Amino acid sequence: MSRALMPLANGAAARLEEVPAWPVRFFRDRVLEAAFEGARLVALLPLARPGGNGIELMAVLAQDHLGTLLLGAGDLEGSSAYPALTPEWPQAQAFERDLWESQGLQPEGHPWLKPLRFPRLPDGQTIPASYPYFAMEGAELHEVAVGPVHAGIIEPGHFRFQCHGEKVFHLEIQLGFQHRGWRGLMAGAPPARRAALAESLAGDTAVGHAVAWAMAEEALGATSVPPRAQALRAVALELERLANHTGDLGALAGDVGFLPSASYLGGLRGDVLNLTQRLCGSRMGRGLVVPGGVRFDAPAALAEEVAGSLSRTWTSIEEAAGLLFDASPVQERFQGTGTVGREVAEALGLVGVAGRASGCDRDARRDHPAGFYRFAQIPAQTLASGDVYARAVVRFLEMRQSFEFLEQHLRSLPQGAVGAPAQKALPGRVTVALVEGWRGEIAHVAVTGASGEMASYEAVDPSFHNWMGLAMALRGQAISDFPLCNKSFNLSYAGHDQ
Amino acid sequence: MIRTVQTRWRLGRRTRPFPPEENPLPERFRGLPVLDPSRCEPGCSSCAEACPTGALALEGSPRVDLGRCLFCPRCAEACPSGAVRFTRDYALAASTRESLVVYGEARPAVEVLGRRLRRLFGRSLKLRQVSAGGCGGCEAELNATSNVDYDLARFGVQFVASPRHADGMVVTGPVTRNMEGALRQTYAAIPEPKLVILVGACALSGGAFEGSPAVTGMPADIPVDLFIPGCPPHPFTILDGLLRLLGSRKP
Repeated sequence: MSRALMPLANGAAARLEEVPAWPVRFFRDRVLEAAFEGARLVALLPLARPGGNGIELMAVLAQDHLGTLLLGAGDLEGSSAYPALTPEWPQAQAFERDLWESQGLQPEGHPWLKPLRFPRLPDGQTIPASYPYFAMEGAELHEVAVGPVHAGIIEPGHFRFQCHGEKVFHLEIQLGFQHRGWRGLMAGAPPARRAALAESLAGDTAVGHAVAWAMAEEALGATSVPPRAQALRAVALELERLANHTGDLGALAGDVGFLPSASYLGGLRGDVLNLTQRLCGSRMGRGLVVPGGVRFDAPAALAEEVAGSLSRTWTSIEEAAGLLFDASPVQERFQGTGTVGREVAEALGLVGVAGRASGCDRDARRDHPAGFYRFAQIPAQTLASGDVYARAVVRFLEMRQSFEFLEQHLRSLPQGAVGAPAQKALPGRVTVALVEGWRGEIAHVAVTGASGEMASYEAVDPSFHNWMGLAMALRGQAISDFPLCNKSFNLSYAGHDQ
Repeated sequence: MIRTVQTRWRLGRRTRPFPPEENPLPERFRGLPVLDPSRCEPGCSSCAEACPTGALALEGSPRVDLGRCLFCPRCAEACPSGAVRFTRDYALAASTRESLVVYGEARPAVEVLGRRLRRLFGRSLKLRQVSAGGCGGCEAELNATSNVDYDLARFGVQFVASPRHADGMVVTGPVTRNMEGALRQTYAAIPEPKLVILVGACALSGGAFEGSPAVTGMPADIPVDLFIPGCPPHPFTILDGLLRLLGSRKP
């Protein structure tokens, strides 16, 4: 029996038998030890090895400062109950609810064990109103229920606020309305359908999830991707980041009634999407990524044209966003609103913009570089204040970096092919692919069975880690600030519900 | 304040004319697919095999179901003889599900609303959007139709916050089991007469999620007035469909 968790690099594959297993209580100790030393929970999922005896519990941890992932498994030894990780490690809370709900496991001692996605409602039933909401009682307290259908064009979710006057004591977020059975479809689907599913997990992150999926397929088949294709993937990822961050700043401006920036940034976001469309025919970057590379090359003339348009667009974005940050009424509304302190952010394992705005210094592009990011580094941008202002500023700083990255690399793409033939997946392998999407860390974990078929496929959208962060941001806030706080996180419902 | 005015001046007016005089979409944009069966090699079915959603059928006269099409280029890529290609034509909407199945010269067609509905909605149509499992792609493009570039409001079409204020419902997503109830309630809350518009491959056919046990599909008892294909549809495709339905744009 191996004594240590197995190290694995981002985008690498290992044989399933190399993943060490312990009886589940020892596994729990191992994982909590690693957590104590600073590791972060990337994923906690069921693992069924060919020829193994039943389901094991597999943890994927990240040691961000070392650039290493750690894998290990807990043998449930025929039982469905095990001592929950959550009481010691809140990062596990949603993962363990998922295991309870979808696998029937019993994480004993979990303080908040309740449905996450409602994957198996009987015909004609809706998500139960009898959900065990956190509730408060008192003469002057009141409860506000919002959703699943909201006022704007956004995805569905239900929010319960426990209030005293305007002040929110607690917000509980109940999701699951968007559950489409993604995981089940993904494992059984042929590769072309898997591509479409990966691009549809969270449609505003089509490129991010497609790259993570392609990395997983490539690792399982030991396919190597030519440098030019890797560079074009990074170009698409940074365009996706720039477009979404621009739109988010516009939406934040809209939520505080600052219309000049709201109007312009909304339109300018479209200009960036149109650049992605010029490269691959889709504003969302669909169809660009294929296992082995990318489908569309960017010949010098096209790359130059895109770079030229981009620099004109950036001048306008900088101007429209500059107005927003210079306006004192906007600062007044952004600063000190929806604060998540570093301690809470670390405890919950917040990722991406939301994490960095609370001082969590992590960015998969820097900590676990894969593909083109191994050669072209982008420093992580962090702020300490953890409020709406910090989340807005981190976005703006990242937009500038994305622009500079694109400006530099569109004009000097590596030469060569944009694709290599994808190899058939090897049997009995496990791989983890991390991509820093615009919202934060995307993790895909794929496992092949005895004949190389996809035995299980799990994806963790950054929203999965971050929804609890939004709930914490609302504590002690005025309920009227909810739209602003929500927009400053801008999480994906579909990405969470799958 | 002065800076705001200066910026406004420098950034200028962005709203684009619609319909545009010339199709501004780039060369790689994938709009209406066209099939040329005369170029098919006998016995070849590469396109249908490559399609992730079974949108292509080759028996009888080869045809594409735009309601299923994800506008990924796999069919065109797989075809050895150039018999399938995507044009830049963004006019894809149709009033009936059947008319989305295109073959030969057949194109998707939108029938203008009848006189009564046109008098009611032709110059002011308020819509309530319901995302029922939508991934965020269609929602993003629907939002884009209201921005300064596409400015759907200039044609009198607006998205509103309450179904009680709406003349119709726009549905995105494959309709999950967990959203079916809320979708029905929203529909019931809209006063008569009301329109129903489906946007995107998922709402039209289930898209990549067709066959999932977690998805019920659009309830068959809710009548649909307009189908807008795409994954997601381009804002022009949405504008074009809505304006044809209202008779504001000649076919």
